[in-house]
Amino acid sequence: MRKPRVATVWLGGCSGCHMSLLDMDERLLDLASSIDLVFSPLMDVKAFPEDVDVTLVEGAIANEDHVETIRRVRARTQTLVALGDCAVTGNVTALRNPLGGAAPVLSLVYGTAFDRPDASHIVPRLLDRVLMLRALVRVDLYLPGCPPSADAIHHALTALAAGRAPDLRDRATLG
Amino acid sequence: MAVTTLTIDGTPVSARDDQTILDVAREHGIHIPTLCHVPGLSEVGACRLCLVEIAGSPKLQPACLTPATEGLDVTTRSERLDGYRRQIVELLLAERNHVCSVCVANTRCDLQDLAVAMELHHVRYEHQAPAFALDASHDRFVLDHNRCILCTRCVRVCDEIEGAHTWDVMARGGESRIVADMNQPWGASASCTSCGKCVRVCPTGALFEKGTTAGSPRKDRSFLTYLKTARERKLWIR
Repeated sequence: MRKPRVATVWLGGCSGCHMSLLDMDERLLDLASSIDLVFSPLMDVKAFPEDVDVTLVEGAIANEDHVETIRRVRARTQTLVALGDCAVTGNVTALRNPLGGAAPVLSLVYGTAFDRPDASHIVPRLLDRVLMLRALVRVDLYLPGCPPSADAIHHALTALAAGRAPDLRDRATLG
Repeated sequence: MAVTTLTIDGTPVSARDDQTILDVAREHGIHIPTLCHVPGLSEVGACRLCLVEIAGSPKLQPACLTPATEGLDVTTRSERLDGYRRQIVELLLAERNHVCSVCVANTRCDLQDLAVAMELHHVRYEHQAPAFALDASHDRFVLDHNRCILCTRCVRVCDEIEGAHTWDVMARGGESRIVADMNQPWGASASCTSCGKCVRVCPTGALFEKGTTAGSPRKDRSFLTYLKTARERKLWIR
């Protein structure tokens, strides 16, 4: 039997969810032998592959590159998991939403004393409003937490890899 | 005092005639979720979480305000009620900026507890992300409108127990907010006695003591029933 093809993606988040993933410690070794990790910020693969069984997505959608990425990931993934509060609700990444669009936020952060160079050809343009994943794509499983515990991620990943529905009772909560 | 009998979730129970459905249910170990209810304060029926079904009535009734009258047949759990309760919590989470991960009340919050109990792992509604201010003008306390659910516990405890009536609610709809002394900065309030009762009854991180951190203990609300028993029954018991 073909091993399940698993990917992890990092959008507008702090990487804490990926740190929590690594926090599985020695369980990673068992996991490594039972799944085929095909794409992740933890490895050197540039393009998101086709035919992925499970993708864990950390972070909210904060810029134009994230929009493109999440649409591609959705199209190529069987089961898409919103990993952590930023992916689930917007969380810390969306703290800027009450402050207005991208322009007022940039002015607030960098000041208005000088003209900011137009870097839109090298840095993805910020969206005016940070979005949770489900605002743009279908999400198959929500794994909340800031970050979700290593136990929760391990349980979800092993269940999904075995084709079962994870039981997140007492394992995952917002915050 | 007359005794009435009624049925809750198929179980016959007896009640005193001054009790509400919520009182009787709690007395018999039947759990009905609440947010605006605090033992020791008057009831307002603001949060609607305690809505129950009463046989023969098409309308749902708040258990905290409905007297336990003779012969009632009450249902506290059903698919319809569970659905509405879940929806209420989702709408509360979407209405203001409830960012649990960076909130001073994280893991010690009545709203978050409800979400946990309901296994609420995401909110179906778009987060409104309103621009609300934070009032840190008081020496000891902070009011953060971003976490307020307008349960009015603070308004009632200040009026009914402390007797100061510093707090009120102003405006309507999404603009509604808690105000001190006709909308003055809290620190400038002439009526506030700085007793801190409002902070202790607040279910979320909307009212907190300066210096509160993620590791701070849960708020202790037992002082309220203590004060109420002392006043009404002249019994100084914990």
